[in-house]
Amino acid sequence: MSVELDVFVGNTTIMDEEVYQLWLDGYTVTDAVKVRMEGGVLDECEANADVVLSDTMDQYRTFHMCERLLHSPAKLANQLLYQITPHRQTILIERYYAFDDGFVREVLGKKLSKGTKKDLDDISAKTGVTLKSCRRQFDNFKRVFKVVEELKGPLVENIRHHFLLSDKLAKDYAAIVFFANNRFETGKRKLQYLTFQDFAFCAGQLINNWTVGAVAGPDSFVDNMVEDMDVDLDKEFLQELKELKILITDKDLLDQHKSLVCTALRGKTKTFNEMEANFKNLSRGLVNIAAKLTNTKDVRDFFIDLVEKFIEPCRSDRWTAADMKLYLTHYTNSVHILDTFKHQIVWDRYMGVIKSCIFKMYHD
Amino acid sequence: MPGKLKAKIVAGRHLPVMDRASDLTDAFVEVKFGNTTFKTDVYPKSLNPQWNSEWFKFEVDDEDLQDEPLQITVLDHDTYSANDAIGKVYIDIDPLLCTEAASVISGWFPIYDTIHGIRGEINVLVKVELFNDLNRFRQSSCGVKFFCTTSIPRGYRAATVHGFVEELVVNEDPEYQWIDRIRTPRASNEARQRLISLMSGELQRKIGLKVLEMGGNAVVGYLQCFDLEGESGLVVRAIGTACSLEKLSSGSILNTHTHPNTAPASNACNSPSKDGKESPLAHGCRSTHNSPVHSACSSQRLSQNFSISVPTLIFTGMGSGGSAGKEAGPLKTLLRQQTQTALEQREFPFFTLTSFPSAFLLHVGGVVNARSVKLLDRIHNPDEPETRDAWWEEIRQEIKSHAKALGCHAVVGYSESTSICEEVCILSASGTAAILNHRYMREGCLDIGSTDHRFEEPSPPTCGFCHIPYDELNMPFPAQLTYCYHCRRQKVPDVLFTTIDLPAEAAVTGKGCHIQARLCRLKKKAQGEVNATAISNLLPFMEYELHTQLMNKLKLRSMNALFGLRIQISVGENMLLGLASATGVYLTALPAPGGIQIAGKTPGDPSNEQHILTIQKRINDAIAKNKELYQINPPELTEEGVGSPIPEPRQRSRLFRSHSESSDELSELDLSHGKKDAFVLEIDDTDAVEDIHSLLTDANPPIGFYSCNTETMPGIYNWTSGIQMFTSVRILRLSNTNLTNQGLNKIFTDLCENLLKSFYFKLRSMVPCCLCHLNFTVAVPEEELIQVAVTAVAMTFDKDQTQEKLAEKLIPKGGSDTDEQLQFPLELCADSSNSQPSSKISGVPESTNISSRAASVDYGSFADRCSTWLELLRLKAHTIRRGSVKTSRRTQSLAHSVSSLEHSSPLPEGRSRSLRSSRSFGGSSVTVVKMTPLSFLPGTRIIKYLGIINMFFIRETTSLREEGGVSGFLHSFIAEVFAMVRAHVAALGGNAVVSYSMQDCVLMENPNKNQAQCLINVSGDAVICVRESDQDSLASTTTIGHSCSSTTDVTT
Repeated sequence: MSVELDVFVGNTTIMDEEVYQLWLDGYTVTDAVKVRMEGGVLDECEANADVVLSDTMDQYRTFHMCERLLHSPAKLANQLLYQITPHRQTILIERYYAFDDGFVREVLGKKLSKGTKKDLDDISAKTGVTLKSCRRQFDNFKRVFKVVEELKGPLVENIRHHFLLSDKLAKDYAAIVFFANNRFETGKRKLQYLTFQDFAFCAGQLINNWTVGAVAGPDSFVDNMVEDMDVDLDKEFLQELKELKILITDKDLLDQHKSLVCTALRGKTKTFNEMEANFKNLSRGLVNIAAKLTNTKDVRDFFIDLVEKFIEPCRSDRWTAADMKLYLTHYTNSVHILDTFKHQIVWDRYMGVIKSCIFKMYHD
Repeated sequence: MPGKLKAKIVAGRHLPVMDRASDLTDAFVEVKFGNTTFKTDVYPKSLNPQWNSEWFKFEVDDEDLQDEPLQITVLDHDTYSANDAIGKVYIDIDPLLCTEAASVISGWFPIYDTIHGIRGEINVLVKVELFNDLNRFRQSSCGVKFFCTTSIPRGYRAATVHGFVEELVVNEDPEYQWIDRIRTPRASNEARQRLISLMSGELQRKIGLKVLEMGGNAVVGYLQCFDLEGESGLVVRAIGTACSLEKLSSGSILNTHTHPNTAPASNACNSPSKDGKESPLAHGCRSTHNSPVHSACSSQRLSQNFSISVPTLIFTGMGSGGSAGKEAGPLKTLLRQQTQTALEQREFPFFTLTSFPSAFLLHVGGVVNARSVKLLDRIHNPDEPETRDAWWEEIRQEIKSHAKALGCHAVVGYSESTSICEEVCILSASGTAAILNHRYMREGCLDIGSTDHRFEEPSPPTCGFCHIPYDELNMPFPAQLTYCYHCRRQKVPDVLFTTIDLPAEAAVTGKGCHIQARLCRLKKKAQGEVNATAISNLLPFMEYELHTQLMNKLKLRSMNALFGLRIQISVGENMLLGLASATGVYLTALPAPGGIQIAGKTPGDPSNEQHILTIQKRINDAIAKNKELYQINPPELTEEGVGSPIPEPRQRSRLFRSHSESSDELSELDLSHGKKDAFVLEIDDTDAVEDIHSLLTDANPPIGFYSCNTETMPGIYNWTSGIQMFTSVRILRLSNTNLTNQGLNKIFTDLCENLLKSFYFKLRSMVPCCLCHLNFTVAVPEEELIQVAVTAVAMTFDKDQTQEKLAEKLIPKGGSDTDEQLQFPLELCADSSNSQPSSKISGVPESTNISSRAASVDYGSFADRCSTWLELLRLKAHTIRRGSVKTSRRTQSLAHSVSSLEHSSPLPEGRSRSLRSSRSFGGSSVTVVKMTPLSFLPGTRIIKYLGIINMFFIRETTSLREEGGVSGFLHSFIAEVFAMVRAHVAALGGNAVVSYSMQDCVLMENPNKNQAQCLINVSGDAVICVRESDQDSLASTTTIGHSCSSTTDVTT
């Protein structure tokens, strides 16, 4: 005796959020049933194992059939096949596009290609995220990337409107797309301590300040709608960054800068001596990063450079976060007093981002 | 040329990719009606084509308008090869032929292909212009309204109920024609779908003609079925009840709500202030059950038309004494004569209705049931379906005579069904014998004026229908009669079985519950007449056993009446399946049921004795537990109470002598009284042990759940708006070839029980809730397969309010004496017309307002702008917030998500325009269409009936594995059927389907060939309904919202 067929279809599609999560997490039906039973589902409604199994299979089937629609979430709202309340639709989409920080950290900055997809089983083993879930997440990244790649206009808005995601999730996806597009190196050992959220924050800073879209400003972009305006860094700006080199090549300027900063810092921090000693080194580090950004290769190493050239030395000198803040503020502002330095706007645009990125990245 | 049909093809969306090279489609549309076809232009390279065609006009006879569907085919243009079909839409234009129904069909329809399922959607606009028809010999019956609902539709009043209408049409099944060997499965399926659509159109037209002939204007309780007889053909048959309906003016939907909210009249009885009643401690009503089945194999015509008729008849609640109370006697006889003459003019005094306007149903006799086994034979001449007609005629005659035997002149809650296996066909008919009020029969008697009430019998409607209709003296079967526990004036049986819904005004104690008897019987494989004889020999035994099971289960739950009884017997090659479902209740008017006593065959054996004792104890415990669970505390009245144990027959007859002419008979009837209240089960063989086990293994629903198979749950009155309709199908393969009857029974019982458990589990988030209209359908699709399909609706109710309401109720009603109660429902019906104007004034503006909102689903607006979309989303979100029961947390998160979206809405236009594919998620959103097998939606009222939905779909696959096996295949098919029903309703301007049912679900599979095919037939009434709570602001209607209909109706 065996159950040949077993279906349950509601006029309003019934979806259990717990089962949905298990499905998203890539559990097999059998495992999901186990998890549910351990979770005490049997206590509800005098259920037994058969009932839970039947329910789980039904739900999995429903999710499987809905998955096609979730690939273009906008369809979910005006398809006729499943009657799902808008509230439910939002949950379905949001959860489907949610990802594991552990997983995304592994693929961040990698090319979203077939090659990477082949490595997913390694990532799965490393992160403990099931392969099925890894595939879904990877495919989501790829899908979002492909869609927004061809779109004009602001990245975050495009993602939000195309995939009906929340603000937060849309920003995270923007970061992923941005990283994948610019192929930022994030996998080096020295960068391992950084979380996805650190990178996502930095990506937000870069998108908002260093891209073509950023120059146009929020009001004037209508006129110069450019493809990839939020994905590619502003080439002109990168070119202009070379001009900052004068801050380290011109001996006078460098000394002047140093004395200004040191005057301002004196007595305000315990690590003043280290700051003073390291000033030239640190300043050279930051300005060199800026000057090299015209090279795609160096763009990729942007984060590793920041860590090696700036964060690590500071950390070995035991700067506190407050020290860092103090130092970078004065370091940036003092340049304004240098009469001979003519590139104030570029400097601010550069340092604004560097400052907030370093603040975010300066932790254990 | 009495009609002009106009259609316009607007647009398509989500079309499938038909050209792999470009990943796009060059779609165009063919619009066909009758033999005329129009085409749109090709809209090249798009998955969202905008045809915006001209109006295609068809000039046709109204006869064709009724028969033919509008056929829309979407194709992909191919320059070099034949055009590929994407899919089709059949639109039944019948709703447009009725002036009161829909005026335009407009909306998105799923494009359906029998092989691929739904493939995108198409936006269509259809209108009809009818010209006056002067032809006297017309063949059409445009304008007759059809309702699936088995009660008088809300918002209408039945001026006259004309009676039974039936019709059947037959044809060859295209699937079995020679041409099927050379055409594709798709062509064959489409031919079949189209044929059935045509046949049901024709059937409906013919029934309409009969209705017009009778002078009616509507068919209520319309039930259409298909018999797939295989080689021998295809039969489409329908039955219904012809009525003359009058529309109540739109504001006065006072009684629309009666059903769910009707005050339990039982409260009156529960109220302790009511005096003068005998102690119902008189559990004295014993029923050693008399064999209820009377079977005789008769009329074996062994010609080429082999047929065996198995007249089985269940009399329940047998009793005697149609004699009425003294005063009422002569009047009653008079009434009965009038009614009888009115009814006898009709060939079949049958009514497919299951619930009635108050005072319509006078007495109920019991269930009448007839079955007949036939051998199918090829239908030679489709134009003269005489054999099939004759078969049904036979059965109906039998039903009619059974009803007569019960002293009744009518059959209500009447239905017919078939079960076919190869060449054997079981025809079944069942209903409830009853006596009806003549008022509704008489033509021209539209006025339910108060004058009529004086002629009314003095039996209060709370119990009147329980009073026996048959003659106490001429009763063919011994039975236990007592005086009505409610009015004390007339006799009632000890148990009452019916196929109808519980009358709204009936007095009920406690809550009801779903009761099911299940049975499997093995049968030898055989052919032809031998097979038919074997089956017909088995049938009476099955009926008997099902009946015994029902009786036991009823007693175990301490209840005394069954409503909505439906007995199905399904035939397979090597077994018969029997399933009887009903809703048990404790009718206050009937005596308390006795317990169940276990007796052993061998009394001497001490171990056996012990065993019996334990079983007895378990049964007693179960009964006690059930009493508590279903809150069955019959009013215990102190006066004659404890001291004198039983209302002793003598004593009682003395007590009532003054009222009754026939009380002398009573002592005779109480012969078995000394034996007390036992319904004795003897444990003498394994069968009995099985019975007891199955009795005790039936699980009660978990806490917070109730279930019933009737329209509403007796004892629950305050529904909230949460509703979830579902269909569930389960098929079991019996791998064990050497099964015994017992083994099979167990498997079958477990199957049904597990299904119920699954429902409870799935719907646990809706608690407290009730599964209503649980409709089980069993079938034996193949040898060793058992299929059970269930459609039901889960509805939430407010637990706390129950108490409040009851309390509220008790106060005004408790003090009232019988007279008041008696008048009150009468007033109720009189009032329904009187009170219209007052509520109309307040109701109208609001309701139109609401309806426009409810119906305004802006399918047409393809707003590119996100803001519109957001607007809609926000609107919907708002709806949810109002509609859902307990989502404070969710609402928050939703509100959050909305606000985050809102954030983005003030986007400059340029930016949003830049979104390349904005069209694909344009401004249109989908109407929420609720579906329910009930005739109402809780918390709403129906403001318009838009016409009947009657759809037939075939789905086939040759890639079963890829579609997720049979489960995946059927799951998506059912979802598709729901989607198509919803789309049609939305296109008619509706937002709900009531009285929805799935008549057929036939699944054939061949996993080895990776193939499966499924046929589904669904029907229902498309309606517009508005939320009752939207009227809260209006003072006059607020009370209705809270609605204890009776009290409010009187006050308004």
